[in-house]
Amino acid sequence: MSLLEVDDLHVSFSTPDGVLRAVRGISFAVDPGETLGIVGESGSGKSVSTQTIVGLTQGARISGTARFEGKDLLTMSESELRTVRGAEIAMIFQDPLSSLHPHYRVGWQIVEMIRAHEAVSKKEARKRAVELLGLVGIPSPSQRVDDFPHQFSGGMRQRAMIAMALALNPKLLIADEPTTALDVTVQAQIMALIKRLQKEFGTAVIMITHDLGIIADIADRVMVMYAGKPMEYTDKRTLYHQPHHPYTEGLIGSLPQQGGRGSPLKSIPGLPPSLLRVPKGCPFHPRCVYAMDRCAGEEPPMRQVSGGLDHRSACWLPPEAVGTTTDIVVTRQELARQGRSSAQEESA
Amino acid sequence: MTEEARTGRTQRDTLLQLVDVVKHFPVPSDRLFGGKREHVHAVDGVSLDVRRGETIGLVGESGCGKSTLARCITRLHDVTSGTVSFDGRNISDLSVSQLKPYRRKMQMVFQDPYGSLNPRRRVGSIIGDPFAIHGMGKGADRKTKVQELMELVGLNPEHYNRFPAEFSGGQRQRIGLARALALRPELVVCDEPVSALDVSIQAQIINLLADLQGKLGLTYIFIAHDLSVVRHVSDRIAVMYLGRIVEVADTEELFARPRHPYTKALLSAVPTPDPDLVNERDQIILSGDVPSPIRPPSGCRFHPRCPRAQSRCTTEDPVLNVKDGDVSDHAAACHFPVADGEPLVMSQKEAL
Repeated sequence: MSLLEVDDLHVSFSTPDGVLRAVRGISFAVDPGETLGIVGESGSGKSVSTQTIVGLTQGARISGTARFEGKDLLTMSESELRTVRGAEIAMIFQDPLSSLHPHYRVGWQIVEMIRAHEAVSKKEARKRAVELLGLVGIPSPSQRVDDFPHQFSGGMRQRAMIAMALALNPKLLIADEPTTALDVTVQAQIMALIKRLQKEFGTAVIMITHDLGIIADIADRVMVMYAGKPMEYTDKRTLYHQPHHPYTEGLIGSLPQQGGRGSPLKSIPGLPPSLLRVPKGCPFHPRCVYAMDRCAGEEPPMRQVSGGLDHRSACWLPPEAVGTTTDIVVTRQELARQGRSSAQEESA
Repeated sequence: MTEEARTGRTQRDTLLQLVDVVKHFPVPSDRLFGGKREHVHAVDGVSLDVRRGETIGLVGESGCGKSTLARCITRLHDVTSGTVSFDGRNISDLSVSQLKPYRRKMQMVFQDPYGSLNPRRRVGSIIGDPFAIHGMGKGADRKTKVQELMELVGLNPEHYNRFPAEFSGGQRQRIGLARALALRPELVVCDEPVSALDVSIQAQIINLLADLQGKLGLTYIFIAHDLSVVRHVSDRIAVMYLGRIVEVADTEELFARPRHPYTKALLSAVPTPDPDLVNERDQIILSGDVPSPIRPPSGCRFHPRCPRAQSRCTTEDPVLNVKDGDVSDHAAACHFPVADGEPLVMSQKEAL
């Protein structure tokens, strides 16, 4: 059985401008010890979906299920959820400064967190806090434990957040853009730390990021999201070498490649849609170079395609059209042309 | 030794020349009387030549002084000492009115497309500002010029009367770019122009910048912390650390043969978007954080984090010069430069 099983999750918010449909039906599973990467651009619903799972979206309309070890987190009472959140499922966020209270010492905040979940003495908890800070690589932890968050550098704050997240040895760690605010050399330190701790404690990780480089580094399986929907779901190797969905292809093409200096990047034309007015049919079709007649009318379901063992994609292109090589792209364009009506061809 | 003497290039190739540029900011002191006032050594002796028509990338971690340097170049900051010469003319001591003709030739594009546009003004008037300041074009003429610019950067000229809030992040960056290009500058300093944008939009803006460079013959100083982006756009790259340039070379040369240990570590820390290469490369993980620029370390500023540091590094400040066996355009500031292919010995375990 999977550690976390999310099934057909929908999240929407009422705004003065209408209903904002942030997540429109996602399903995924995380096994113990594995790393699931969720990639997407701003507004793709990647953060909202995980925040909903741990009960951090207030005032949202939610449907679907999210079973953690068999228990549905979405229907749990607040007090039940409190025992799970922090202890079983831990989170780290992009901005460590806004997740640490500026008025309290770092050590105190870790102690508080441990004592909220376990009946241990202050002294015992403090000893654990020092150990944890040492574990995540804070120099001279027994002194730094009494520092305030502003006395820590950005990288140290994120380390402190990781120490806090791991204090109760959680089974699942949700990392929401944990290194986006950090410099590359510090990012490398933090990613190495997360990998090492994952190996040591067997924690499952959901890594939310917009950076495909981080996904290539850490993820086992990857879900690509766009406009609140999953577009593609597969293992990372298949995703990079044999993508099926044109959005994935576009994302990979948008990255500067080694040796491609000076040549134009294959950018995706247009802009992501507003979640208040998501286009009919496939949400990506207005930007898609392969768009066919069918794409504007019918929303493609997630279905099996022939890249890897468990490779699913929400696109009307035939399941065997995977990959980024030139002949595949030509075949796709040909298929797309066949799918378009002749009238549209003439106008184009 | 100036870059010029070293490379034997003539004055005409050089559009912008920095000689020993220093920028210190005073730190507010908490002592009422006496005591020496402390300074943030944001830029501490940078010499660099920017050639006409090239794109030079400026990379480094936060706090290394790359943005301060950009602001010294465009005279948004006055330098503490040293000179900035544009087209052979020292502009670092010009008065505001004397500077005005040079301001037209140097423009800046900022990171935050939200913060650099006045939310209460219409886009047309924001882009038309440079014309107003320099007294060029009136009324309908100015409007035509602005709409031409909007078309040039890929905006719909009909959106002339809209407010910045009605545009997306990528479009706002295009507005900032249109404003920068209004007076047909020769040099555009781009300070993290794509960092706030999503990947797919980032690619659009990078392509636009390249396109405009071809059309208008621009020289770019391109500041970014994303090395894969810098590698894609730059002809040459200068790496900064704590207010100094530690290495400068042609892009492919720098990536192929980094000589400074910091450059090598920085390049290896960049995540590779290819799962097959991730495990092959040997990633060097630096320990610790960048020291405070208020009291930078003695000698080589990188020595407290450097796996190769020896006693000489703690006392003697290394000079930025060409190392043995390197092409004349490749300079590094290190006493013990890394040889081609030599590993920087340090395993991931030790670093943590």
